Amino acid sequence: MAHGTTSRGGTSPQGSTPHGSTPRGTASRGATSVTDAPPDAGVSEAERRTLRKASRRASRKAANGGTFKARLKRDRTLVLMTLPAVLLVLVFNYIPILGNVVAFQEYDPYISDNGFVAIFHSPWVGFEQFSRLFEDSAFWDAVQNTLVLFGLQLLLFFPVPVLLALLINSVIRPRVRAVSQAILYLPHFFSWVLVITVFQQIFGGAGIIAQTLREHGHEGFDLMTDPGIFKFLVTAEGVWKDAGWGVIVFLAALASVSPDLYEASAMDGAGRWRRMWHVTLPALRPVIALLLVLRVGDALTVGFEQILLQRDAVGPGAAEVLDTYVWWNGVRNQDFSYAAAAGLIKGVVSLGLVLAANKIAHLMGEQGVYKK
Amino acid sequence: MSAVTEGSVTEDRPKAAGRKASGPEGLGRWAAPPRPVWEEEPRKAGLAGKGIALTIACLGVLFPLWIVVVTSLSTKQTISEAGGLVLIPRDITFIAYQELLSGGQVTRATVVSLGVTLVGTLFSMTVSILSAYGLSRIGSLGHRWFLMILLATMFFGAGLIPTYLLVQSLGLTDTYLALILPSAISVFNILVLRAFFMGISPELTDSARIDGAGDWRILWQIVIPLSRAVIAVITLFYAVGYWSAWFNASIYLSDQDMMPLQNVMIQLVQKQEPPVGLGQAIKTGQLSALAVQMAVMVLALLPVAFLSPFVQKHFKKGMLTGAVKG
Repeated sequence: MAHGTTSRGGTSPQGSTPHGSTPRGTASRGATSVTDAPPDAGVSEAERRTLRKASRRASRKAANGGTFKARLKRDRTLVLMTLPAVLLVLVFNYIPILGNVVAFQEYDPYISDNGFVAIFHSPWVGFEQFSRLFEDSAFWDAVQNTLVLFGLQLLLFFPVPVLLALLINSVIRPRVRAVSQAILYLPHFFSWVLVITVFQQIFGGAGIIAQTLREHGHEGFDLMTDPGIFKFLVTAEGVWKDAGWGVIVFLAALASVSPDLYEASAMDGAGRWRRMWHVTLPALRPVIALLLVLRVGDALTVGFEQILLQRDAVGPGAAEVLDTYVWWNGVRNQDFSYAAAAGLIKGVVSLGLVLAANKIAHLMGEQGVYKK
Repeated sequence: MSAVTEGSVTEDRPKAAGRKASGPEGLGRWAAPPRPVWEEEPRKAGLAGKGIALTIACLGVLFPLWIVVVTSLSTKQTISEAGGLVLIPRDITFIAYQELLSGGQVTRATVVSLGVTLVGTLFSMTVSILSAYGLSRIGSLGHRWFLMILLATMFFGAGLIPTYLLVQSLGLTDTYLALILPSAISVFNILVLRAFFMGISPELTDSARIDGAGDWRILWQIVIPLSRAVIAVITLFYAVGYWSAWFNASIYLSDQDMMPLQNVMIQLVQKQEPPVGLGQAIKTGQLSALAVQMAVMVLALLPVAFLSPFVQKHFKKGMLTGAVKG
């Protein structure tokens, strides 16, 4: 489906040429689509769909015609409606992007009354912040922690929703399904503060299990402050919070499998395991592949809030990831330029990864993030 | 259904039997629907295994919550007798909640959280629905540009430090606006709403337009009523986002009295500080410090746990229209 991905520009030849003269307005839409895509026996369904799409695009183009003034008059309500969201994004997502120039400065917030104006007065230092960064072993530790956590989550977290979905899908009693889904979705809506607090109250040094053990004369333990266990703890918290939520996508994919496939394979003598292998799992494959690709694209982001909340308990040696490194150096130590440099590196690498992941998703025939 | 051919009667029999065995209405919804004829009867071991696995998964979620709720309702005596691990509630008391909600730090934080959640959700939903509708009219002026501007933010963030500097220089620090504006809209949510709005059949909106309705009226009287399900889901997403947020408050607010509930919970439970004004009551009275901590947690999870089941049946739709196609 290369067409779906390239059509956004609206410049493909079928679209623009035959309709250059179509009168403006939506009334022509029905007529053009009839004349353009005649019910021809020789034309395949896919081709006909392409033609229909092209003619729709053409009529859209026709509707677009007219001067800017006329269009503004026609669409001013819609523009007015869209504007608040666009303004919010411009102010809080785009202006800060320009703010990243502090990574190339020796930024001093006190040089002016306003922190943003201070950017214009701060001295430029080129790539000095970056070379400082690359020489700092704490930065490389953060990189290492980030990648280790990402790998562990991929290995231990990712398969859980798939297995849960297979389990729930095999339950045929509707009420049991509904109740168990409601329970499993629930933790997704809890805040990280709450999730970590729950874990602490159960597994922590003053937590319920340790207390009960001490009560009965055994030695207590504290999983929450153990740097060696931290990465597994973080993964376990993630599983508890979001594995149930991840099930939704897989269940939807399973629900769209035609029962005829199961029936046919059963007729051919496939038992229930063979049906799972040859029908159920292939149905899940595209979704699994897509989510995997997208997850890899987001590899450098591993639970900022979650880890930041536990950073003090475990210490930065085990808990420092790229995001918390930026937070610590910037917000806490007020070393803005240095932190911005670290954040910029993370952002640029992430952008590359996301774009690459999307490209791969498209190559696999999936729609990726920017489905329209 | 008596007037059917012989072949289908034999096929229908197990179905009918299954339905009959399911008994009265109430039990019927727990019973298994009839299996298709080609599917083999499940083995006992398989059924038991599935049941156990599902029970363990659900208990893994529910057990910690149960402990939290039960402990928050227990007296100091019950807790110390049980050695901290209260499994079955005895002498249920609401004293921890009374103390927490009779004014003071936690009461204030709860009010702040509720206020920010209500105002923020209303603001986010208004902006999101309007822009989703505006963007759902393909071919309108600037439609493609606006969409690109929003979509691009899904690929790169500006980074923590520049955002922090911006919010500071806008003068938003130490105001509640700092908790709402920087993360007011989620582009993903707008795309979900937009996809849903675009799915509404154009005949409806076109006929309204011919009858003289403008965009505001079409949005208000046709599009919104038809999209209640997805609007409910997105509202929940935003509300949960505001309710759960603590990070913005932690870096933009310095006044302890303005802190929302999640930030107070960090201090109380994670850093093990007793709530302001309650330290004395914990030392002398029958109030258990553990019960107080658990009660704060219940306050934090209650609205979410209460609301999400109502919206649950729409999750799939909300999740899938904007994300992976289903």
